[in-house]
Amino acid sequence: MSGEHGPLGAGGPPEEVHRRPVRAYVITRGRSQPTRNTFRPETLLIATDPDRRLPPAATVEQRRFLEICRGLLSLSEAAEALRLPISVAAVVASDLVDAGHLTIRSTPPSSASDPTLLRALLDGLRQL
Amino acid sequence: MVSASSDVPSAPRRPDYVDSAVTQSAKLLVAGSFGVGKTTFISSVSEIRPLCAEAPMTTLSIGTDRLDGLENKRTTTVAMDFGRITLTPQGFSPIVLYLFGTPGQQRFWNVWEGYGLASGAAGALVLVDTRRLEDSFEVLDQLETRAPDLPIAVAVNVFPDSPQHPLETVHRKLDLLPHTPITSCVATRRDSSIDALITLVEHALDRSLEGGAS
Repeated sequence: MSGEHGPLGAGGPPEEVHRRPVRAYVITRGRSQPTRNTFRPETLLIATDPDRRLPPAATVEQRRFLEICRGLLSLSEAAEALRLPISVAAVVASDLVDAGHLTIRSTPPSSASDPTLLRALLDGLRQL
Repeated sequence: MVSASSDVPSAPRRPDYVDSAVTQSAKLLVAGSFGVGKTTFISSVSEIRPLCAEAPMTTLSIGTDRLDGLENKRTTTVAMDFGRITLTPQGFSPIVLYLFGTPGQQRFWNVWEGYGLASGAAGALVLVDTRRLEDSFEVLDQLETRAPDLPIAVAVNVFPDSPQHPLETVHRKLDLLPHTPITSCVATRRDSSIDALITLVEHALDRSLEGGAS
């Protein structure tokens, strides 16, 4: 009745087109690099305000990405949940951060050799 | 234009979210050759079922090996497993520690370097199998070349039929730097795997206190 769109099974080629997975460069609108290089696989992300709506022009991937980031997740976990390669996920996330819809929660990775962090890791591991 | 929103192959799985009190993440690499036990190791310590991260590999990143004759194959993916542990150190807000299983061959690095895999890592634990030590040479070599500042520790993954070599012998055979620690572990056992991670982080802390990089 309603809900279905397109001539399902009517013409052959259109259905074929719809079934084909969208190519990565379509999802990222032709870009291969995120607008910022602060994204790492372990970067923690969360929707800035889960109730704030994306503009109508937002892509399907941006909507899905924001939806999955209602809770705190790393970039690699969000990518895995959405079955996106990490490179594509970084571009989508970067756009969402630029537009204020997504927030980077974790501190930058420059502190990897910071003794304070390493002591905290050590203490945390010893408590397991 | 492309409005294929009703053609979603399957709905995204609801992920296991990170504790909302966490404000910092850290990562360690678990490096090692194929079949050395990286996924087992990660599974034994991870609080989530190990997940798989994928990165596309184009012909640009393909070396001269193995893929000869596959020129028509434009892209493939290079994947790695990862896991997660939430740590609650005293006097510190909770930290989520990610472990990334790193195969360590050259073409793996060619792909993943661009995504900041080694950058920001606190260290790399290299798993080795004494039944085929030579498989670890490329992994160690790649780590030393690609991430010379990254602290590394070696853990011999003990399999039931592993020959019993003293760790000093393995250290020498692998031609490790004098300060590189070596330990043994049973990757199927959580406590044993955690001990190996502790060895690595202790070493990373020592290095950091000695005067930072280099």
